[in-house]
Amino acid sequence: MKGSGLKIYAIAYLLFLYAPILLLPIFAFNDGTIIAFPLQGFTTKWFGELWTNKALHDAVGNSLFIAMMTAIFATLLGVCAARAGAMASFPGKKGITGFIMLPLVLPEIIVAVSLLIVLRQVLDMQLSNWTIIMAHVLICTPFSIAILNGAFQNIDPALEEAALDLGETRWSAFRLVILPLVVPGIISSMLISFTISLDEFIIAFFLTGSNPTMPVYIWGLLRFPASLPVVMALGTLLVTLSIVLLATAEYFRRRGLARAGIKDSGGFL
Amino acid sequence: MARFRWGQSEGGRAALLMAPPFAYALLLLAVPLLAIILFSFWTQDFMDVNTTFTLDNYREIITQPIYGLLLQRSLYVSGCVTIVTVLLAYPIAYFVSFHVDPSRKSIWLFLITIPFWTSYLIRVFLWKVILGYNGVVNSGLMGLGVIDEPLTFILYNVNAVIITLAHAFAPFAILPIFVALEKIDRSLLEASQDLGETRLSTFFRVTLPLSMPGLVAAVLIVFIPTIGDYVTPELMGGAGGKLIANMIQTQFLALNNAPLGAALALVAMICVTAISLLFVFLNRRWLRGRS
Repeated sequence: MKGSGLKIYAIAYLLFLYAPILLLPIFAFNDGTIIAFPLQGFTTKWFGELWTNKALHDAVGNSLFIAMMTAIFATLLGVCAARAGAMASFPGKKGITGFIMLPLVLPEIIVAVSLLIVLRQVLDMQLSNWTIIMAHVLICTPFSIAILNGAFQNIDPALEEAALDLGETRWSAFRLVILPLVVPGIISSMLISFTISLDEFIIAFFLTGSNPTMPVYIWGLLRFPASLPVVMALGTLLVTLSIVLLATAEYFRRRGLARAGIKDSGGFL
Repeated sequence: MARFRWGQSEGGRAALLMAPPFAYALLLLAVPLLAIILFSFWTQDFMDVNTTFTLDNYREIITQPIYGLLLQRSLYVSGCVTIVTVLLAYPIAYFVSFHVDPSRKSIWLFLITIPFWTSYLIRVFLWKVILGYNGVVNSGLMGLGVIDEPLTFILYNVNAVIITLAHAFAPFAILPIFVALEKIDRSLLEASQDLGETRLSTFFRVTLPLSMPGLVAAVLIVFIPTIGDYVTPELMGGAGGKLIANMIQTQFLALNNAPLGAALALVAMICVTAISLLFVFLNRRWLRGRS
């Protein structure tokens, strides 16, 4: 009884969560320039306009580059921290880990303005894709650590000890024994970091140079009513891409858990 | 030499491994945060930064009523968003933890988290479409004959900002509560019912107190970041719904007054931290570890 009432609530809640995303394709295929009901008819011309928009292609290119670099660097740092986290303790370990995880709860605008001050006023650097990458690595590393912690902490230490006893060095034991076990976690972490970076706007808006990232470009479009249907079409593609990426990430995360031989107990965090 | 000795113990090797991410966070987080504190005591005239120590920025924040008003409104919005989000999220976390078959829990969590990762800007914009004058809600309610004229109190004001932010932060609230609920030993619930408690009183006397750490985490993880959002108030808030983050953004990017922006960011951060600490302090009896 109680469960079924909750289930209805849960489904209504999911509907609330998905409401905006479900509207997206409706307006992307709607043959009208105003984003409102009633609908005007079916068209694919907004998707066609995406193909011919040079500024958009540049922005997408920038964002893909930033997201890829972010995924690589954040995951590298995440592997270090998660591996260290699964090893013996040392003085200050808890505090250091907490500090590295801090961007998870810090308002993004604080990260953005503090980095802007250092980069522009102190170091007098030109803003570029790399300044955004630096900030995105900072905010993605905690997510990467959260995902990889699951992967590293579930490894039986006896496996590595056995490899060492059988004559492997620390590095080759890591490469041959530990790494294959955490590869799914690494892929999952890279996909999540990629998705976060690709979608991140608040920091990118402050740190973007002369070449806008895709969210910054979309932000500019949102002010012009005429360009809104194109934004809807772009959004539809992005949502589809994100879902594919996340589903792949989830698949690898679960495979990693299965490889470590443990029961799945929850999501990414 | 030092390095060699460090490599001897496992703790030492762990510390070496932890060094790169720690150094990165130190350089790109701690140093910038110190810089922002320093900057807030300086002044800037167009491009020239004057590095004499002054409290002018803080004096301006106190004396000009606009900043106090924005800050107050921001804290009010963050507070409302937190309450709405956490209250709506708790039953979901409870449902997934207690009423979903264990093999299907992760698919539920996956479904809940997906909207959170996708096109933040466009999602916020679509709330405008949902809540707008000719929006989904209004045309739906008018079509059903519930209302005769479009509702106007749901767009371009603080309510719209709260609804949109509550939507954006939903998964953030669900996950910590879910984790806390998963940790509860189910035999405690049986024991409670065997001892004569009803399901409802079991919930309030056993389940809820044991899930408080998750609830507190959820409150913090929603309350703190919402103060820094300027997208939602910009798109949804209209003239009367702008928040402190919009002002910080304006000071930095439009008015070229980084020191005042830095001071505002710090004041906002200090308020949020103080409220968070107070909240944790008030809930301290639930957070103590039980063995």
